[in-house]
Amino acid sequence: MTQTIPQSVEYVRILPEIVLSLFGMAIMVLDPLVNERSSQKLLGFIALIGSVAAIAATLYQSQFSGLGFWGVIKVDGFSTFFHVLITAITAVVILSSFEYMQVQQIRAGEYYALVLFGAVGMCLMSSAVELVLIFIALEISSISTYVLAGFRRRAAISSEASLKYFLLGSFATAFFLYGVALTFGATGSTSISLIAQALRSGPIPVLAYAGIAFMFVGLGFKVAAAPFHVWTPDVYEGAPAPVVGFMSTAPKAAAFAVLLRVMFEANAPGRLWLIWVAAALSMTLGNVGALVQQNVKRLLAYSSIAHAGYLLVALATLPNHGVPAAMFYTASYAAMNVGAFAVVSHLAGAGERYVTLDDYAGLGRRSPLVAATLTIFLLSLIGIPMTGGFFAKFYVFSAALQANLVGLTIIGVLNSAVGAYYYLRIIVVMYMREAREELPEIPVSPALGAALAISVAATLYLGLLPGRVLEYASRSAAELLH
Amino acid sequence: MNAGNWSPIILTLVTFIPLAGALLLVSLPRRDRDIRVFSLVVTLFTFALSLHLPVHFHRAQAGFQYELDRAWIPTPNIHYHMGVDGISMWLVVLTTFLTPLCVLISWKSIHERVKEFFIILLVLETALIGVFVALDLFMFYFFWEATLIPMALLIGMYGHGRKVYAAVKFFMYTMIASVFMLAAILWLYAKVGTFDFVTIQNAIRSGQVENFASAAQWLFLGFFIAFAVKVPLFPFHTWLPDAHVEAPTAGSVLLAGVLLKMGTYGLLRFNLGLFPDQARANAWWVMILALIGIIYGALVALVQPNMKKLIAYSSISHLGFVVLGIFSFTQAGLDGATFVMLAHGVSTGALFMLAGILYERRHTYEISEFGGLASSMPIYASIFLFVVLASVGLPLLNGFIGEFLVLSGAFQNRPIYGVLGVTGIIWSAGYLLWMYQRVFYGEITHPVNETLPDLDPRERIALLPAAAAALVMGVAPLLWLNAIDPAVQTALAPFAQLASKVVGQ
Repeated sequence: MTQTIPQSVEYVRILPEIVLSLFGMAIMVLDPLVNERSSQKLLGFIALIGSVAAIAATLYQSQFSGLGFWGVIKVDGFSTFFHVLITAITAVVILSSFEYMQVQQIRAGEYYALVLFGAVGMCLMSSAVELVLIFIALEISSISTYVLAGFRRRAAISSEASLKYFLLGSFATAFFLYGVALTFGATGSTSISLIAQALRSGPIPVLAYAGIAFMFVGLGFKVAAAPFHVWTPDVYEGAPAPVVGFMSTAPKAAAFAVLLRVMFEANAPGRLWLIWVAAALSMTLGNVGALVQQNVKRLLAYSSIAHAGYLLVALATLPNHGVPAAMFYTASYAAMNVGAFAVVSHLAGAGERYVTLDDYAGLGRRSPLVAATLTIFLLSLIGIPMTGGFFAKFYVFSAALQANLVGLTIIGVLNSAVGAYYYLRIIVVMYMREAREELPEIPVSPALGAALAISVAATLYLGLLPGRVLEYASRSAAELLH
Repeated sequence: MNAGNWSPIILTLVTFIPLAGALLLVSLPRRDRDIRVFSLVVTLFTFALSLHLPVHFHRAQAGFQYELDRAWIPTPNIHYHMGVDGISMWLVVLTTFLTPLCVLISWKSIHERVKEFFIILLVLETALIGVFVALDLFMFYFFWEATLIPMALLIGMYGHGRKVYAAVKFFMYTMIASVFMLAAILWLYAKVGTFDFVTIQNAIRSGQVENFASAAQWLFLGFFIAFAVKVPLFPFHTWLPDAHVEAPTAGSVLLAGVLLKMGTYGLLRFNLGLFPDQARANAWWVMILALIGIIYGALVALVQPNMKKLIAYSSISHLGFVVLGIFSFTQAGLDGATFVMLAHGVSTGALFMLAGILYERRHTYEISEFGGLASSMPIYASIFLFVVLASVGLPLLNGFIGEFLVLSGAFQNRPIYGVLGVTGIIWSAGYLLWMYQRVFYGEITHPVNETLPDLDPRERIALLPAAAAALVMGVAPLLWLNAIDPAVQTALAPFAQLASKVVGQ
């Protein structure tokens, strides 16, 4: 490693992160200057521009692929994919937050800044190729989300969520760090490519197995995979709905990016059984847990555990099929889940009073368009053809069969049939049950409408014309695995 | 117009015009009458267009016709591949024939959320046609699953009684069963690298699929379970009576008329087409299940106090004939099975419409609530009798031909199957005629029944085509059979050895 001064092109390789940080800081500076009433719109709008600018920066950056900063950053098709995904999620979440923040009467300033800072960490996770930097990025993203989870600070349940997430999350990141240290001990390096070399060249030290396992624990917590999932329902229930939409998709995508790099690029030893068990457990516990939920947010929390399980199936397969399948899955899961939580935050009402299944009764009559939108997301979560969720499962399971993981595939498809039941329950309640009390129809604000439209469009696009996204994912996977 | 120019796109048009109609309907204002008229026009137009298929069909020619094959998604290798043979063509026409009748029969009985109803109905029509024309396994699964949601919505939103329970039960049963089929399809794709039905079939027949011998039995079962639930074959039938009783009339008509045929069509196309050896090895227990279905369905129908449930159980019995015919692996059996599918679609569809008409007047299906209706509703009674006779299998009406062929096929396969099957016909005469007697003859026991209005012109228009079709199919079955025959021969080619052995005896 030669100590040279970074070239200017290397700054381009972290351009999206720079853009997001600058906008985040601008919001922090402006927050005390603007009055409280107009702060909401103005700061949110700045954050929106920031996230869109970050998408543009990513697209610009994609022409300058290569390593940066002494080989700790790598811009390639893989990182570009996750950058675009994470910043797009950020933009849609910000759009869906406007209305929610107004209804909940939460002072918005640092909220938007934290969302952007969180996105910085997540973007960095997807382009970092050195374990210490990955750890730092993980911390940036985690700390922002800990605070975001407690943003309804007047509600005890939200503070509980924040504290729980923080305590367990710190514990999990400690595991990750421990894993990094052990891997360093085993291979003498923290750079993924050097680790891969070390692991390929000689006999694999026992320490490396332990290191990989510890890192998996840390990341497994972040993606809410069983058996590290216990925090998920409580935190998702307590955290503000748009934040849940954010933290169930963007940090998950980032953590999966890291998992994919570590597991496949470093050719991590002993990964198969580790992941096999975690995948089977997550799918089963997630789906079974969701069956009995009455609170929609808790239900979607269990569903996200199950989806983490489906995604892990992709990691247990052969890399050339598994990586694109996992990438596609994160994208389509993001589209449908952000959309679903946008609807939840729209319907929640002041103090998140209306978040149980009963509150959704008669929604099909009350606001047909919102109900139809949620139906599309739920059908996609079930995995019905014509939606992104179908192809996501489809690619994952066909990758699994190509790797001869017949047992895991059977567990997977059976689970997706079980899963159909609880998503269907929401649809049934919306269309086939009458409301207990007359709830007012809440008009959809333009920003939320835009968020929903983007999510629906993405879900249907991935369901009808998945070819281009998958092809891109396959190409960048090939590049990743060379 | 030159038929050649139309051939490649006709199936696409027939499949997607209802969907286009549904999309247009979304933007129409909520004026119920306009919506009904519009839906009727769309479905009639689709029917007219679908008549192109039998008119220009090359009857002597085996294999698929009106084919269109375009690459759709590069990875995985999914093709937009459509085509029909003599079997699926008639099922398409059956679908397009029944849907306008469904629109007519729902004219007044659906008066709430009318727009949504017709949107769902049109989407359902597209999905149903799609199932029969898809030749790419992926597209087949796509349409197969796509039929679930509109049907579940029809039952759950417009049904009566325990409608939500019935809708969810229907959905879960079929959903859980079809994931096994999905797993089997994915396995085939992983080994062959394509979803194309014909390519996969050739690869299997020429033995190019690795590990096929060890997996074939599981693949057969994966497809079988999905289709058996849909048929429904005993013991997977418990969703059917619930779904039928609670469904609105149009839902029942399409459920019995078309949806159940998706299962038997699937057995014929995929289980026989892809896994002939396994089909032969498993035939004995499938035929036993079919026979249990025939007899059990009929016996349960006999004791039903509820008219709609009676018809529902009679469907289980009739569909048992279809499965019996398919797994007899004889020309007569398969011809007959296909013909029963069509005949049952028409006559049971008509029976459900008739039951629905009565329900509109009295809001009950209980047989004991009626009696002596022949005097207050003479036209209704005579059409009802006609349809009952068709369903029972009176010669010169449509039920007879198919069941006769199926039974002669079953006899060729093994006489005991034929003997047991024949009892099904006797039972069906029993339960239907006894029901007819209790509803229409005797004294009027309930005073309300004295003033029930007879059929109005709309209802007559809805019923007459079905009755006419029942007659024409019974008098001139060759019109249908000469297209079905070559397709059946192709399906039976791998079984030729077995068939010649039987004939030799």
